[in-house]
Amino acid sequence: MRIAVLQGGGSLERQVSLQSSQRVEESLRRQGHEVHGVEVDAGLVARLVALRPDVAFVAVHGEDGEDGTVQELLEVLEIPYTGSGPAACERCWDKVVAKRHFATAGIPTPDAVSLSAAAFKRLGAADAIGRIGERIGWPMVVKPSRQGSALGLRMVRGPEDAPDALMAALSYGDRVLMEHRVDGHDLSVTILGDEALPIVEVHPADADPYSARYTIGQTAFTCPADLEPATTSAAEALALRAFRALGCRGFARVDLLLDRRTRELTVLEVDAVPGLTHTSYLPVAAETAGIGFDALTERLLDLALEGVTDRA
Amino acid sequence: MTVEDADRRPPVGGARPTPDRERYAGLFAQRTRVMKSSAMRDLMALTERPEIISLAGGLADTTLFPAEDLAKVLSHMAAESSARALQYAPTEGMADIRPALTEVMAAEGMTVDPDEILVTTGGQQVIDLVCKTLVDPGDVIIAEGPTYPGAVPTFSAYEADVVQVELDADGMRIDVLQETLARLDAEGRRPKFIYTIPNFQNPGGVTLSLERRRELVRIAQEREILVLEDNPYGLLRYEGEALPTLYQLDGGRFVVYAGTLSKILSPGIRVGWTLAPAPVRQKMVVGKQGSDLNSSSLSQLMVAYYFRERDWHDYVRRQADVYRARRDVMLDELGRHMPEGATWTTPQGGLFVWLTLPSYFDTTDLLARALQHNVAFVPGRAAYLDGRGGQSARINFSGVHEDDIREGIARIGAVVAEQAELYASLTGSTPPGAGRGRGAAPPGAAGDVADAGAPIVPLRTAGRRRGSR
Repeated sequence: MRIAVLQGGGSLERQVSLQSSQRVEESLRRQGHEVHGVEVDAGLVARLVALRPDVAFVAVHGEDGEDGTVQELLEVLEIPYTGSGPAACERCWDKVVAKRHFATAGIPTPDAVSLSAAAFKRLGAADAIGRIGERIGWPMVVKPSRQGSALGLRMVRGPEDAPDALMAALSYGDRVLMEHRVDGHDLSVTILGDEALPIVEVHPADADPYSARYTIGQTAFTCPADLEPATTSAAEALALRAFRALGCRGFARVDLLLDRRTRELTVLEVDAVPGLTHTSYLPVAAETAGIGFDALTERLLDLALEGVTDRA
Repeated sequence: MTVEDADRRPPVGGARPTPDRERYAGLFAQRTRVMKSSAMRDLMALTERPEIISLAGGLADTTLFPAEDLAKVLSHMAAESSARALQYAPTEGMADIRPALTEVMAAEGMTVDPDEILVTTGGQQVIDLVCKTLVDPGDVIIAEGPTYPGAVPTFSAYEADVVQVELDADGMRIDVLQETLARLDAEGRRPKFIYTIPNFQNPGGVTLSLERRRELVRIAQEREILVLEDNPYGLLRYEGEALPTLYQLDGGRFVVYAGTLSKILSPGIRVGWTLAPAPVRQKMVVGKQGSDLNSSSLSQLMVAYYFRERDWHDYVRRQADVYRARRDVMLDELGRHMPEGATWTTPQGGLFVWLTLPSYFDTTDLLARALQHNVAFVPGRAAYLDGRGGQSARINFSGVHEDDIREGIARIGAVVAEQAELYASLTGSTPPGAGRGRGAAPPGAAGDVADAGAPIVPLRTAGRRRGSR
């Protein structure tokens, strides 16, 4: 098949995308496909029109790749592509929107409040920080509502930490999510097709979450996660519900927390274009399920092409 | 679970194939554990996008080099010395290039024996070879705080314990250096060397005063500690009198000198050199053999021909004129666009200004915002190994045209103002107005030393004369 591997882009996660796409390209070439790396820039549409690929493999993270923009263009160009459609991508990309959908679907998610930069600048929202803390509880996690790779994410122990954390988060976007911090196990559930792969428990070994994610050896994984069978089933079922509630297709990674004390499960977010780097969780889950990286990329292409039939 | 456990854990899933991640992680050397991915480094990769005005580089403006000069020099070299240009060369460097490097040393005020010069692949290789020769894991290196960001990965790769001594307007603070040495003495630790860029420091922009140069050399001699003097910009002085190098003051006993043609001729040719006490130099030669056998013969001969056929002084002067004008524009624009509470250095030469914002700024986060406005700088954390530098940034004026400097600083100013307004709204304070920053002496007054030097974080002494006589 002729495959366009969409990569790069101008987002802050460009380097992560290049790591993912390089690995994907190598894998697809090993399988004998005709692979073209396509940079997501001003020449994207022209190149895709000229290339006429049988399928596009979306390996663009962050803005454009994860917010549904690239997917919308691929729809217009009638090129089948891996992963979710534009609407689902949009819902996943904006953590605030995703949380609203979770609430509607009755999916548990940590309590949160979302505010825009304008609310602080024009409406005196800073005066409400104390109340927000009382309502959702300290400590909280402050993060940009639309940003991946833990960029701009800060832990806030009390009101005195809030201004610096909000400044940091609002450097990456104009809306911030202030979310109750659950002291829990980090679980990552990959949905492939319509089933959950073995759960990955993540143990970051670096205080800097970005370094932990993308440096080989800086994060330990347990896969399958060491959980009671009932918890495993509940986590898998919850991940699938979250996947469906946001309308995802093909594959996605659902991040959950398992409260250490109450053993309650909550959904943090769904990543519609999860990383496929050497340190990403999704390939680890697939390997544990006996699906090597080449088999994984092949399966993602199959799902993309099945999607065409479904939509027709 | 520790990292070690993670690196050595058996493959997930028993007999299933080892995931790539773990297959390679198990092979990595211990020293690679400090070589981490960082958000800052990945953000820096974005600064090369064409739509971005990047004040993040450290580049000489090679568009100033006349293309016809290069064509002539290369064609003469090809006609007369093709076989040698394409051949291996001695590890110590070719005889042909030695007169050229000796001339540059003379222009810096040093008389050296050409045979004592070890030619290297850029000044960067000198840092690497000095570490290779001197540093065992855990050994102490003393560096300036902030230090050259490009030295950080080298120091890290050799697992050095880098202790950073802060700067002020007169360069490295010798009083703090002495305190540091006393503390290390008490701990029974002797630093292997002190790394310094005395002229127009990268990234600080400040120059080590003559008095401090003398003190530093005296300390090195008394304690028998080596000093690595990195001097890439010495000839790019825009005002004030040149100061003697540490090498000159010391007579080459305890000072290892690193020179480079990267800023005065071309970074692309990768030609640097070092002068070091003979026993150290001999070890460095062996170290260099292992690294690259020899520096490019093609480049060395090109330099030899260029110095023979062209007036290299004239090219340096022309560059200095252009960079001086760009520096003046940058300082003007900083004065116009930076808020109250911001400070910056007024470099007498070199390529960089060090900007320090009010303490609530984190320049790594600010870079993310700045990139959205298509402008970039180097976050200050890149210049520290201990997490400091969060409120500072390095901004370059040599590699960017004046209009782009104006626009770039205006954009940074807009982003800073926007974030300052946000912070004021978060804390209930009043946002500072633009154009109230400090350190922007007008170009005419830039030589007014009492006013010119803004502090490098954190400032403990003020009002000293800087970089003169």
